Amino acid sequence: MVELSLPKNSRPTKGKVWPKPDAKNLRELQIYRYNPDNSDNPSIDTYYVDIDDCGPMVLDALLWIKDNIDATLTLRRSCREGICGSCSMNIDGLNSLACTKGIDEIKGVIKIYPLPHLPVVKDLVPDLSNFYAQHRSIEPWLKTKTPAPSSEGLQSYKDREKLDGLYECILCACCSTSCPSYWWNGDRYLGPAVLLQAYRWLMDSRDEATGERLDNLEDPFRLYRCHTIMNCTNTCPKGLNPAEAIAEIKKLMVERRV
Amino acid sequence: MANSQRPLSPHLEIYKLQVTMVMSGLHRITGVALILGVVLLVVWLTAAAMGDDKLEVVNMVLGHWMGKIALFGFTWSLFHHMLGGIRHFVWDLGLGFSEKVRFGMAWATLIGGILLTGLVWVIILWS
Repeated sequence: MVELSLPKNSRPTKGKVWPKPDAKNLRELQIYRYNPDNSDNPSIDTYYVDIDDCGPMVLDALLWIKDNIDATLTLRRSCREGICGSCSMNIDGLNSLACTKGIDEIKGVIKIYPLPHLPVVKDLVPDLSNFYAQHRSIEPWLKTKTPAPSSEGLQSYKDREKLDGLYECILCACCSTSCPSYWWNGDRYLGPAVLLQAYRWLMDSRDEATGERLDNLEDPFRLYRCHTIMNCTNTCPKGLNPAEAIAEIKKLMVERRV
Repeated sequence: MANSQRPLSPHLEIYKLQVTMVMSGLHRITGVALILGVVLLVVWLTAAAMGDDKLEVVNMVLGHWMGKIALFGFTWSLFHHMLGGIRHFVWDLGLGFSEKVRFGMAWATLIGGILLTGLVWVIILWS
């Protein structure tokens, strides 16, 4: 359902302004805070980071705050090199990975929110259960009917190339949570990340369940809530193109009928 | 006491507007406007079928500056939605997903719709 404004308990209030560190070069960060242990609404806290003492990425700034100002700031992160997909969040109005987004890419105040339109567990940590359940629903594994080969199932170079631009997806959920269609219908629309994964298995020359996979997607909501708004492709931190993958699935739907 | 219900993270009001996203919204809005425009058209045709005096009344309403603004909006909706439709048709063919083309087509829809509307109205008001 389209709901343009946030529910009452979700509207952020003006939060605390944390003291400025004694340093020459400061950057201001405004960060979404929410503490599940009290009944307060979320708030936007203001922090100042000493840029000369801090690494170049937004993740470095967040960890600098955790280390030097406020240890209670909560976020997910792991690999710090753009491959685990943990530190996905809304930075400067666009979804991306804090670890690959340079502080110098952003002008002025750096505004940081959790991924949009998700239930918030704490601060920058959203609940992605629905996203993972949807990923499971497309059965993202190789399905075959013929007996398993006695050695590796080989692919030609050409068939392997079809997976380029698909296998690189790290399931950070930046694209899905950038999509207005997913905001309004995330309970039934699978969203760009999961559909890109679905296309990855449809394209796999070794997979033998193409028909069933397409049957599962042929649904007014699961696939066809994509209205080519393009936020997904514009925001993907890995430079992938979920919108194109979805268009290709729509084409497969037509092609199998003619 | 702990919150029993988790808050929903902010979405539309914090997300950076992009021309592709705005064109998608405008495509819907102009689609709705076209339905209203078609109602105007039907009223006009019905009046024409009912006789000169009825047609004159409708012409007077549409000739009023407020009527003209509505017709101007109808014209723009028509061209904007038509160009948007072509853009969606290109995407349905699996083409035009590169950064250059998707942003180019979005701007072309916006600017083209305004130019075509201006052109038609220049011709109408000239003749």
